[in-house]
Amino acid sequence: MGFIGLTLLKTLVFSGILLVALLYLQWVERKIIAHIQLRVGPSRVGPHGLLQPFADVIKLLTKEDVMSPYVSKALYLFAPFLAVTLALVSVAIMPFGPEVQIFGVRTHLQLTDLNIGVLFLLAVSSLGVYGIALAGWSSNNKYALLGGLRSCSQMISYELPMTLAVVAPLLLLNTLSLREIVEAQRGFYFGFIPRWTIFHWPAPQTIGFLVFLVAAFAETNRVPFDLPEAENELVAGFHTEYSSLKFASFFMAEYANMITGCNFATVLFLGGWQPLLPHSLGADYFPSVLFGLVGAVALYHGLNPARSRDTRTLPVVALAFWILAATFLVPAVQRIFLPLFWFALKAGFLLFVFIWVRGTLPRFRYDQLMRFSWKLLFPVAMANLLVTGLLVALLEA
Amino acid sequence: MISVPLSWYLVLSAVLFAIGISGFLIRRNIITVFMSIELMLNAVNLSFVAFARQFRAVDGHIFAFFVMVVAAAEAAVGLAIILAVFRNRATLQIDEIDSMKY
Amino acid sequence: MVVVLFLLFAAVAVGCAVNVVLQSHPIVSAVSLVGVMGSLALLYLQLGSPFIAAIQIIVYAGAVMVLFVFVIMLLNAGSEVHTGRSLVARYIGIPLLVLLLGLLTFLIKALLRTSAAVEFGEFTVATQDVGQALFTEYLLPFEFTSILILIAILGAVVLARKELN
Repeated sequence: MGFIGLTLLKTLVFSGILLVALLYLQWVERKIIAHIQLRVGPSRVGPHGLLQPFADVIKLLTKEDVMSPYVSKALYLFAPFLAVTLALVSVAIMPFGPEVQIFGVRTHLQLTDLNIGVLFLLAVSSLGVYGIALAGWSSNNKYALLGGLRSCSQMISYELPMTLAVVAPLLLLNTLSLREIVEAQRGFYFGFIPRWTIFHWPAPQTIGFLVFLVAAFAETNRVPFDLPEAENELVAGFHTEYSSLKFASFFMAEYANMITGCNFATVLFLGGWQPLLPHSLGADYFPSVLFGLVGAVALYHGLNPARSRDTRTLPVVALAFWILAATFLVPAVQRIFLPLFWFALKAGFLLFVFIWVRGTLPRFRYDQLMRFSWKLLFPVAMANLLVTGLLVALLEA
Repeated sequence: MISVPLSWYLVLSAVLFAIGISGFLIRRNIITVFMSIELMLNAVNLSFVAFARQFRAVDGHIFAFFVMVVAAAEAAVGLAIILAVFRNRATLQIDEIDSMKY
Repeated sequence: MVVVLFLLFAAVAVGCAVNVVLQSHPIVSAVSLVGVMGSLALLYLQLGSPFIAAIQIIVYAGAVMVLFVFVIMLLNAGSEVHTGRSLVARYIGIPLLVLLLGLLTFLIKALLRTSAAVEFGEFTVATQDVGQALFTEYLLPFEFTSILILIAILGAVVLARKELN
């Protein structure tokens, strides 16, 4: 299998997984927010609402595509295309795992590695502003214009603390390539603390990580920074005039941006695919234990059901998790899937934080939002960078 | 030809510069005139980087970097001036902003 | 292959640049200028400078042009009104410009008779080299540009502030 064939295969696999993840991220979000709000969420379409994303896709695709005659056609049609393309492109450089050997083919679990990987991600997020700004402007609608303007200024204001928070770990790791960033976080302090950037000695990047996370909330227009698409403020913000497939594109772009932000935070601050525990403490059995516990919880809730339907579905879920736990005990599977498991665990935890915050916090007002960025977040990120630089210069020279 | 001669890059830079000049002279909207200036700066950046490649030196890259930084600062101040002018004259046509007194 | 890529990106750059000048509404000009900057970034990649290409997208296309688009949206600038006061510029200026362009091309071809060809991937300036030069040999201009940016920020904030009457 030549280079082109292998890359095409990897592209198909990665984009397939990304699209399925996008589809089911929406289901996960609706279920988690529902349970936070003490209700059930989608539960009718398929068992536990698992077929709900397909119902949503069919609904969005078969809706009438209403286009007002007063819009600027070229920009109106270009904006969602731009938003979705830029959101999906970052999966090309994310390192999901080390170099592995699958059926005799040695390959990295990463589509490609640029030696300016971090700059590429920052560039893509800078260009993402255009999708929203042009959508707001071309809709020829004052609510959309206001939403587009607010979102534009919010995104460029929060790009600054995000970039500063990204620069500080780069001082410690001395490379811009994402693969080398993950490789540099290998190893453990004292045998059990992983050498991730947030635990780095002498300059732990916990403040930088928090600043990056808050800035990522603002960059992806998520609660508490979702004023540009607030429904009780601006009708629907910048995507007021969009319907059917174009609206679905903006929706998909928002979730893809969320996944990109969480992946980037995982790679830069949480050590990418590096494990949490060293081999000597049994890290290889961690996924099996975790899935076994989840299966046990599911079985318990299946036997003491909250609703009568659960006696049929939750034991099946428990069985599925136990089969998964059993497959993770096989060494051949472990070699390839353990790094993927760690990456998915960390990125998944950050996605859970995104969804958790959406169900918990109220929304910032626009002037509070801008004041927070310029007067609090930017000085904190700058101070973090200065302290990190000072420590690096004094102690690692 | 299996590679691109350097003169092609320089000719492209000259063409972009000329288009920038023509935009600067023809257009009557302040913002479009300003965008033509940015186009000229970009053309000059291209020739800097092309020459850096020719002489295998990093100085051209440094110059291009400084040009970008100065262009960004100039864009910020220029657009602030345009905002102030718009607030006072309520027009963006250069032809109508031709006297100091209102 | 390299020639095809160069011609493609050069054609996109020139096409978008002509579009900047010819369009009547400023926002379409702004989007075309972003296209010019994007294709120039790809040309920088061909010239072996990934750092400058990334900085071009982050700073120029992603910040400066967003500022332009933002101001155009804020001022709600409509399409340009054609006045007849630039006829001289149009009918004498354009031929003179073509003459200038021909002169420049002739000079370039004459002076670079043995011009070295630009091979893709042959010589790449890594970010480390740019950083090294920036903080050792060009430290003074670097510090001056930081002060310049500070002055520009202050100037922009003061000029764009609403009058507090």
